Amino acid sequence: MPETGVKSTFSKSTGLPRKRFYRARAHSNPLSDSHFPVPISPSHVDYSIHFPQIFPDSSKKIQFADVGCGFGGLLISLATLFPETLMVGMELRDKVSEYVKERILSLRVANPGQYQNASVVRTNSMKYIPNYFEKGQLSKMFFLFPDPHFKEKNHRRRVISPFLLDEYAYVLGVGGIIYTITDVEELGDWMKSCLENHPLFEALTEKELEADPVVKLLSSATEEGQKVARNEGQTFQAVYRRIVPTEQTS
Amino acid sequence: MEETEAEVAPALIAVHPHRSSVAVAVGYDLRVFDLLAGVGVTLVNDSSSSSSSSSSFHKDSIRAIRFSANGNLFVSAGDDKTLKIWSSISWRCIFTLSSEKRISAVAISNDESCVCFADKFGVVWVVDITGFDANQPLLDKKPTPLLSHYCSIITSLEFSPDDRFILSADRDFKIRVTNFPKKPLDGAHEIQSFCLGHTEFVSSLAFFQAQEYQHHLLSGSGDSTVRLWDVSSGALLDTCDVANKAGLLESNGNGKSEEHGHAVTDLCTTLDGLLVAVAIQGLQGIALLSCNVSAQTLTLAKVVSIEGEAFVPTCLGYAASARELWIVTGVSSLPGCSHPSFARVRVISGIDIEQEAVVLGDDKMPGGEKLLETLQGTASVDENAFLAAAEAVKTAMCNLLIKKQYTSESRESRKKTRNDRKLKQ
Ligand SMILES: C[S@@+](CC[C@H](N)C(=O)[O-])C[C@H]1O[C@@H](n2cnc3c(N)ncnc32)[C@H](O)[C@@H]1O
Repeated sequence: MPETGVKSTFSKSTGLPRKRFYRARAHSNPLSDSHFPVPISPSHVDYSIHFPQIFPDSSKKIQFADVGCGFGGLLISLATLFPETLMVGMELRDKVSEYVKERILSLRVANPGQYQNASVVRTNSMKYIPNYFEKGQLSKMFFLFPDPHFKEKNHRRRVISPFLLDEYAYVLGVGGIIYTITDVEELGDWMKSCLENHPLFEALTEKELEADPVVKLLSSATEEGQKVARNEGQTFQAVYRRIVPTEQTS
Repeated sequence: MEETEAEVAPALIAVHPHRSSVAVAVGYDLRVFDLLAGVGVTLVNDSSSSSSSSSSFHKDSIRAIRFSANGNLFVSAGDDKTLKIWSSISWRCIFTLSSEKRISAVAISNDESCVCFADKFGVVWVVDITGFDANQPLLDKKPTPLLSHYCSIITSLEFSPDDRFILSADRDFKIRVTNFPKKPLDGAHEIQSFCLGHTEFVSSLAFFQAQEYQHHLLSGSGDSTVRLWDVSSGALLDTCDVANKAGLLESNGNGKSEEHGHAVTDLCTTLDGLLVAVAIQGLQGIALLSCNVSAQTLTLAKVVSIEGEAFVPTCLGYAASARELWIVTGVSSLPGCSHPSFARVRVISGIDIEQEAVVLGDDKMPGGEKLLETLQGTASVDENAFLAAAEAVKTAMCNLLIKKQYTSESRESRKKTRNDRKLKQ
């Protein structure tokens, strides 16, 4: 990177983008229409932009989605834990998604051959999930420390809701897993009850949770998780599997 | 905020499946003509409604009307957050339901067991009407939420002919295909597919009645195309750029069409889907597309022009038995105009592969002058009203379908005036 007199947005010691240059509004209203490009359909998502070392020579599809990925800590951990799996973070705030992009790009430079499988898109996940993923394409979806939207009339802004679960059930393959965690007890109860009451999801057993290496990352891998841990806050998680409904509706 | 703006509403038309009656809605006015008896129908409100004496059954613009597939029922709904179910035999209202939000679309399952409607928040509601009796008002039926498009206005709702799927199209270019459940009151959670390909709002959906093509769909959009889909997979089979093929882009002179200038506003399958009638902004008449579902092709067959009038249809209806296409243009109250509302009805007969389609003159209209008086409100239409209406229709279609694009400034000022913020201060 050429040195300039101006303060670089990248840290000199680590080569990683400095977070403070990417500060953004704390909360976004997912209901307002922002203007960013939306792929017409999943087949319009340009994989070679996101994964230039893998495409166009591969026919792989994205399998993990970190919804509301924030500063991308989870993606970074997952990228090396599942080096063969393509994954994407979805983030509404453009500065934050820019930060994640830069973060991944510099990790790719610093660690040749690694982090090629992770990328980020700036989008409103509540509106455009079906534009990114085909039916049954995903095997994992993450919703870590989503915005709580306390007021009753704002509950429809929550990223987990009975209606949105229909869409998540659509993009998740049977057996796919949805991971949620929050430090807000009320939201934790809400997410759990939405999942519990949905006919296309069932809870993982204690044993299964124990055996899943990803569960451990929920509270430790993301920036928000680390903040909660520092403050010794409690967390509430709900991990559910996409199932075939017991009574076929059609 | 938008609630206060007076929005013009396009005129709507629906033809009874056995061609026993025709209904036109313009503004809050609902007009029905009995084609068998050759007289205008007097609608009768249900007893539970407070203002049974009122001549208007809706208090604000009607946004959706339709007959059930068997022709026993008729529904009307709109901006007054009211949905009415009528017996299309007695023309008595058998059920009035209030919604929390304005209603933008309605559908009736083909077995007449459920009525669905979409509200302005993108939520689709279902009312179970099994065992209704045309002479008995339905009691205490409450709608329950069925599915939701996240904060997008639903422009069209349609059941597949076998009732297996319910389709919902929205302003975000999306068509969602959902399995219609056995127990709809528990919600519809299994999405079958999304039909994605339109690059503007989706305005209209139409299925084929032919048994073997029950899962094929046509859609019209603000992107000026009509598309053919397989709804089980969501696969796009063919696209017809109607504005281009019908020569609408050239007539413009500068080669660049104005934005949203040629939105497809309605479409309708005829002859079991062999021919598709299309209403498109900027075309005085209709475009007929020929559709070959097995070859998966959709091509422009011909344009039927309506001479002598600036007639750009707002809505289409098809009478299969008579091979007639019923078309209406019009709007609710025109701002700054003495005409409270405006509607003009025409019929194109001879919708056939071999025959030549003919735009019927007013003297040849089924139902004659009486029909025009009933459905248009007047037998003769004022030329000036026409031109004003054509402009207003354009605006109406835009308001209805196109997202308002706010500048960042106005967005900020809207935020400041938002009610929840005000309360805090
Ligand atoms: C509290 S942060 C948590 C971030 C991250 N998951 C973590 O654990 O550190 C929630 C994030 O979700 C994003 N977000 C909220 N609504 C969204 C939406 N509709 N689509 C995409 N991202 C959204 C916010 O911009 C914010 O960055």
